[in-house]
Amino acid sequence: MRAPRIALACGTAIALLLSACGSSSSGSSGGKALTAIGAGEGALKIIAWAGYAENGSTDPKTDWVTKFQNDTGCKVDVKIGNTSDEMFQLMQTGEYDGVSASGDASVRLIDAGLVAPVNTSLIKNYADISSFLKDQPYNSSDGKNYGIPHGWGANYLMYNSDVVKPAPDSWGVVFDKASPYKGKVTAYDAPIYIADAALYLKSAKPELGIKDPYSLTQAQFDAAVSLLKDQRGVIGEYWSNYAVSQGAFTQGSIVLGTTWQVIYNLAVADNPKLTTVLPKEGATGWSDTWMVAAKAKHPNCMYKWMDYITSPEAQAQVAYYFGEAPANPKACGLITDSTHCDVFKATDNAFAKGISFWATPRKKCLDGSGDNCVPFSEWIKAWTAIKG
Amino acid sequence: MRRRVSRFVDGRPWLHLGALLTGPVAWIVVLYFGSLIALFVTSFYRLNDDATAIAEQFGTSNYHELLTATVYRDIAFRTIGVAALVTIIDVCLAVPIAFFIAKIAKPRARTALITAVLVPLWGSYLVKAFAWRAILGSPGGVLEKTFGHSPGYGLGALVVVLAYLWLPFMIVPIYAGLDRVPDSLLEASNDLGAGFWLTLRSVVVPMLFPAIIAGSVFTFSLSMGDYIAVALVGGPSQMIGSVVYANFASNLPFAAAFATVPVLVMVLYLLGIRRTGALENL
Repeated sequence: MRAPRIALACGTAIALLLSACGSSSSGSSGGKALTAIGAGEGALKIIAWAGYAENGSTDPKTDWVTKFQNDTGCKVDVKIGNTSDEMFQLMQTGEYDGVSASGDASVRLIDAGLVAPVNTSLIKNYADISSFLKDQPYNSSDGKNYGIPHGWGANYLMYNSDVVKPAPDSWGVVFDKASPYKGKVTAYDAPIYIADAALYLKSAKPELGIKDPYSLTQAQFDAAVSLLKDQRGVIGEYWSNYAVSQGAFTQGSIVLGTTWQVIYNLAVADNPKLTTVLPKEGATGWSDTWMVAAKAKHPNCMYKWMDYITSPEAQAQVAYYFGEAPANPKACGLITDSTHCDVFKATDNAFAKGISFWATPRKKCLDGSGDNCVPFSEWIKAWTAIKG
Repeated sequence: MRRRVSRFVDGRPWLHLGALLTGPVAWIVVLYFGSLIALFVTSFYRLNDDATAIAEQFGTSNYHELLTATVYRDIAFRTIGVAALVTIIDVCLAVPIAFFIAKIAKPRARTALITAVLVPLWGSYLVKAFAWRAILGSPGGVLEKTFGHSPGYGLGALVVVLAYLWLPFMIVPIYAGLDRVPDSLLEASNDLGAGFWLTLRSVVVPMLFPAIIAGSVFTFSLSMGDYIAVALVGGPSQMIGSVVYANFASNLPFAAAFATVPVLVMVLYLLGIRRTGALENL
């Protein structure tokens, strides 16, 4: 029977050709910054965190994208990324013009050549952005700026005050092997969550000597992984989709766990017993940057978007809806809740420094403490082993 | 022009066949085999340490990782176990249902019943999975509100949901297979004194064996690859699909390596079925 053998041979040849083509495309150049914003291209495809680019489809009253579309003629197509890893993978497809990257994706994107440097002088609102967000290790490299800060915030501990008593003030409640809330605890479903365990151990087990939860020696990493394997026994569900987590807290199948303020804001409307707290050990968090894809098809629209989203009006809307500190403090006066910026400490540099913003762990320790830190590829493998 | 072409083709029947088959064969070779081979080739690459890009290193480190770290073995066996359980449950449910529709129901009711079996397939997978999430939720789920207790999310819930989702895929081949069981055989069995269950067990099921195998290929392979239902109702459990989905975004070569496991399992399953001779009668 010659036909199947020929077919198989053809298939092999074609596939080897395809994979050879695929492997040569890695390590792209990184693109160039614009020198001037030209006319809008009429379309824009961006990857964003849920709640960052609302166009009225979640809640008709929550919409700042439509005004942008009307003002610039750039029709926005938003793809929600659930985790930084998902956003990194989506950017690898080359189909998007930009992304709201947290620190644990932004550095990877810069290193992989997937994003272009940004000419910040073209963004008129850039001058107003809080100085402690500019030229940070997660949004600049080699003296070049790679993005426009969007906003920042912490990962809070949310709990159902009817069920969880007394009111918790420590992350220890979610890491308690013998927790009375077994089966009703949640954790973020991404390898970066190992940093939350490390942050807790920084206070709970000072003998480990953890300083930066993203710069861990093998011993410190193993301790964090061991803590998480114990936590696995009390976990009801891991969450990566914010809407599913919101539903679980509302319904009561989850009563305790890490969350984003936006999930609390949405869930508390249906379940007033929910509360958030920033535990005493501190928290991990994220400082997000709008970045432009190296091969963006609509760079002018992307620059127009970055300028729009950092304007005081748009910043006020998104910071209030999402529950984060706006990058542009001029938004503070425009937010419906006049205490918003105080609550989120938008201009408090010291508080911002206290949050362990998401960053991608590298072999060469991020905090400069050495060259033997556990790299992110190990974090990814460990996460599968933790979940069993 | 047309006459010239038809004269050329007339004496060469292989040209007819070739022209007809080029499309489907190209589809299978390029898209199906080609993608499987591309997947296999990808699994030999490695992610660089900092996880920024796929390193240009060819090697078997992914397979080494799969074989040495016990967690992947556990996940693979768990997935096979769930798939097997789902298949057995679906067979037990599908045979009586299909038997009723094919042999006992009146001809008019038959059409309505088989439509009722097929209609859920028109519904979106996600809608059905979310519906089960609402049913099984604890507290506040439909089951709990009605009966006071719900199993909650976990492997048990996953088996229930997968058995529900793939049941039409089991019922339809068995229903078609029952057409080959002549009514005269059932009457003969009845005349000899066998009750309903004895007839089912010793006359119908052996004749249905190829159809059951055909259905089982569906339920087994669909369960092996599932990653959505397990995320919605499986609680914190992981199946092969979940690991592939999680690593797809961050470590593609490893996801490719792990994805060859279900392919291997299905190949072994089909080879095993071939030995029983069930494929001959399809």
